[in-house]
Amino acid sequence: MTRTLVVVGHGMVGHRLVEALREKDVTGQWRIVVFAEETRPAYDRVALSSYVDSWDAGSLSLAPHDDDAVELHLDDKVVHLDREAKVVRTQRGRVQPYDALVLATGSVPFVPPVPGRDLPGCHVYRTIDDLDGIRATVESARSVGRHAGMVLGGGLLGLEAANALRGMGISPHVVELGPRLMPLQVDEGGGGLLKRLVEKLDLTVHTGTSATSIEQDRGRLLAKLSNGVELDLDVVVFSAGIRPRDELARSFGLTVGERGGIVVDKACRTSDEHIYAIGECANLDGMVYGLVAPGYSMAEVVADRLLGGSAEFPGADMSTKLKLLGVDVASFGDAHAKQEGALEVVVNDAVAGTYAKVVVSDDAKTLLGGILVGDASKYMSLRPLVGRPVPGDPVALIGPEGGVELTLPHDAQVCSCHAVTKQHIVDVVNSGEAVDVPGIKACTKAGTGCGSCVPMLKKLLSECGIEQSRALCEHFDHSRADLFEIIRSTGITTFSELISRHGRGFGCDICKPAVASILASLDQGHVLEGEQATLQDTNDRFLANMQRNGTYSVVPRIPGGEITPEKLIVIGEVARDFGLYTKITGGQRIDLFGATVDQLPQIWKRLVDAGFESGHAYGKALRTVKSCVGTTWCRYGVQDSVSLAIELELRYRGLRSPHKLKSAVSGCARECAEARGKDFGIIATENGWNLYVGGNGGFTPRHADLIASDVDTETLIKLIDRFLMFYIRTADRLQRTSTWIESLEGGLDHLRDVIVNDSLGICADLEAAMAKHVDNYADEWRGVLEDPEKLSRFTSFVNAPGTPDPTISFREERGQKVPVLLGVPSVSQAEVSR
Amino acid sequence: MTPVCELSDLRPDQGVAALLPDGSQVAVFLTSAGTVHALGNIDPFSGAAVLSRGIVGDRGGVPVVVSPVYKQAFELSTGKCLDDPSTGVPVHPVVVTDGVIQVGSP
Ligand code: SRM
Ligand SMILES: Cc1cc2nc3c(=O)[nH]c(=O)nc-3n(C[C@H](O)[C@H](O)[C@H](O)COP(=O)(O)OP(=O)(O)OC[C@H]3O[C@@H](n4cnc5c(N)ncnc54)[C@H](O)[C@@H]3O)c2cc1C
Ligand code: SF4
Ligand code: FES
Repeated sequence: MTRTLVVVGHGMVGHRLVEALREKDVTGQWRIVVFAEETRPAYDRVALSSYVDSWDAGSLSLAPHDDDAVELHLDDKVVHLDREAKVVRTQRGRVQPYDALVLATGSVPFVPPVPGRDLPGCHVYRTIDDLDGIRATVESARSVGRHAGMVLGGGLLGLEAANALRGMGISPHVVELGPRLMPLQVDEGGGGLLKRLVEKLDLTVHTGTSATSIEQDRGRLLAKLSNGVELDLDVVVFSAGIRPRDELARSFGLTVGERGGIVVDKACRTSDEHIYAIGECANLDGMVYGLVAPGYSMAEVVADRLLGGSAEFPGADMSTKLKLLGVDVASFGDAHAKQEGALEVVVNDAVAGTYAKVVVSDDAKTLLGGILVGDASKYMSLRPLVGRPVPGDPVALIGPEGGVELTLPHDAQVCSCHAVTKQHIVDVVNSGEAVDVPGIKACTKAGTGCGSCVPMLKKLLSECGIEQSRALCEHFDHSRADLFEIIRSTGITTFSELISRHGRGFGCDICKPAVASILASLDQGHVLEGEQATLQDTNDRFLANMQRNGTYSVVPRIPGGEITPEKLIVIGEVARDFGLYTKITGGQRIDLFGATVDQLPQIWKRLVDAGFESGHAYGKALRTVKSCVGTTWCRYGVQDSVSLAIELELRYRGLRSPHKLKSAVSGCARECAEARGKDFGIIATENGWNLYVGGNGGFTPRHADLIASDVDTETLIKLIDRFLMFYIRTADRLQRTSTWIESLEGGLDHLRDVIVNDSLGICADLEAAMAKHVDNYADEWRGVLEDPEKLSRFTSFVNAPGTPDPTISFREERGQKVPVLLGVPSVSQAEVSR
Repeated sequence: MTPVCELSDLRPDQGVAALLPDGSQVAVFLTSAGTVHALGNIDPFSGAAVLSRGIVGDRGGVPVVVSPVYKQAFELSTGKCLDDPSTGVPVHPVVVTDGVIQVGSP
């Protein structure tokens, strides 16, 4: 018999419960009905602040429950609970019986009783709607110049809110009652440094004070602080802590804690055995956990219990690491040395702007906790060692040289977001299930939450002996990025010189095309010039895509997908005259299939004469920049997407890269050009353009991430120039931009630092390299047609030029010719594993 | 033996195809080490007559051509497929006289 589980609240934890139960409930014992107060399904609240980057709620979405056993009712709050009859009633009047009930109602921001706290312009910081409200206030603000805001509360969330305000162009004041910022996580020394670091970033910090009143004043807000300071403001955000939402439990007689929270046992069961509470609304052993990871553990426990298991809440790690306003802050374990006799070891480096503290037991043998500010790179190796022997002198753990190599014990938790231990990771690696970070993510979920454990995952991989060799192939010990730098700095222009000086043997189908691509990226002449011709992979060798029967396809460039009727007619005529199969591609252009090697130059002669150029459909190069019609025709368009797409396609045409590059430009947020599925995608906004990077379709689809918003065209192009050149210089062979970004130490943040903030100081160089490419561009096919030597290679037979290959034959399908199959190819393992 | 082309028609590590009187095709290679080889032009994995268009190089020091279709390597001197030793392509005898390359039957 199917039983009914009712879940109240579809936040992150409610969502996880549904996922976990559906995954474990293989026999379909439970039907799940979820009631959500918010108007949208659960989203990534942890990443809420990133909403300010794109104002795209979709970017926060969690996986939808695509499942007949799950019913989700949005915008319908549960208001009544009849425990006797085991029925809930909702605001919209729905009556739903349950066999088991789970309360996952989360918490609400606490708003201190400051007079004026309900005035328009005062907000809290918890939901997407809250952020929309803040945005509306800011947009209607009357003050001239830079707007001002106040965040009440200098804890973790308050600083995050302050950063979000900065993102909206507001100078924030942070007002904290406690003696320092983040009083819960850091101590005085760390707090002092934190204050200095964030004040460099246009933030004004007021500690040891609080707001006594907020008033309306000539269309703005006036806040008075207890220390006498008065602030003229456009917006106020309260971030003074959270309170568990236990109102349902309270009203209907469940036990709640003294300081709030629905009291549960280790099975997450409330005082009613049919009712569970999980996440931020639950009070377990007197603790209310304000982090998502303990909530996820509770969800797993309840999923197990519902299926007859006996799981218990394992306890939670309250460690935090975050990057706020570019400042690393981490705190873990007994950070405040509360344990009897605990000793503190501090390294405070005012010059470098770093503060580090470890807390150890009275005999200095056991690590108890610590605090890192300014540089938290040691967090991932220190946190799992809490409660374990200190390897060596405690000072060495945090000393400037970081002398001690730390090896984690096997049961140490590596990923705290998903409670994954080192053992689990080592197991999937040793069994061969995972051979790299993406593999570990897929097998264990580790690294898919906040991402802070990813560097540790890499370390574990190498500990397991699969240091992914950086060697390109048996002929070179260098990675592609190294070879790029060698070629760039030595000025070597031929493969033979490179391999004789830096490699061994004769080369192969891996290093030859990789070097060919590097030489082409550095604009070393035509790709079929001299020795370069022998390096090119299948398709580049004849500047066309080889088909299964040995014929080729021809794809002329149609920038942005825009084409005149005259040019369309030329393509039609060429296809007709050479008997080519014709198809519209997924890249907004036309592919002509079935040409023999001898026909290629004749076909291209006609196309080039009509003004066409190579579309590089064969190259690891820029393919297409798709566009939607944009402002020119579309009633919703806010920018001219077609003109930009054409400009970008012409700018980057012919650019060779580690893998193919695709782009698209959409004229508004409706996104008809599918820009977020591209290596670099541009979406028009009222004020300019949003740039997204690292998307692709293909085998592992991935949406592109926002890297800059509301930029003008000039800035946009500058950023794309830098992005592409940085990718070309540092990516591995056949690594799309998506996996390249994932492989970067520091990921997207690092990339943004490099190409937006110029943290490596290389942007001018990258731009110059792109300018050189743009200046030197020449159509490859014209280059062949104008050079008798290159042209002479386009023959099927050296002893019978012009004779068609007798093994090729065609049949007809739907009025066009298609190849007669040469027996179904069997793809060997060697190919698949490459 | 059929004369197919002059040695000077070949460029190191870049194969050409030649049509033999019986309608079969050979892929002729000059390696950068200076040796000349002739193999059947049909790639056994795809059935396409394209082996001459593959990349020439070495695997562990053994000179090979790699099929442009699904990328299996074939040893230039024996025709054996290194990725699947149960398959291979025919090897044709080659002689170079007075700068002319002549190819025989496998
Ligand atoms: C012609 C076309 C299919 C069509 O009829 O629409 C096509 C055809 C081929 N695709 Fe594609 N892809 C085509 C659009 C796409 C798209 C859609 C798009 O671009 O909007 C995708 C997914 C988007 C993406 O790339 O992220 C796509 C993902 C792939 C992939 C997987 C890439 C990945 O990162 O996983 C490959 C394999 C590869 O490149 O290694 C591939 C490879 C190929 C190759 C080149 C296979 C090959 O090496 O021979 C096919 C060549 C056909 C030929 O002989 O001309 N094709 N391919 C499309 C040409 C677009 C164009 O005008 O240039
Ligand atoms: C800006 C911000 C940053 C954060 N950063 C981090 C971080 O870096 N790391 C971390 O671990 N945690 C972080 N958190 C905390 C984390 O988001 C929460 O711990 C987590 O969302 C708790 O999940 P939950 O499902 O318990 O509650 P919620 O996500 O709040 O979900 C509860 C849902 O229940 C709904 N609800 C309430 N009552 C009812 C009812 N009667 N009927 C129907 N629906 C109801 C609510 O509307 C809400 O949608 C952050 C939170 C915020 C706001
Ligand atoms: S999806 Fe596969 S079969 Fe279809 S065009 Fe792309 S690569 Fe070829
Ligand atoms: S610790 Fe957050 S993803 Fe692993």
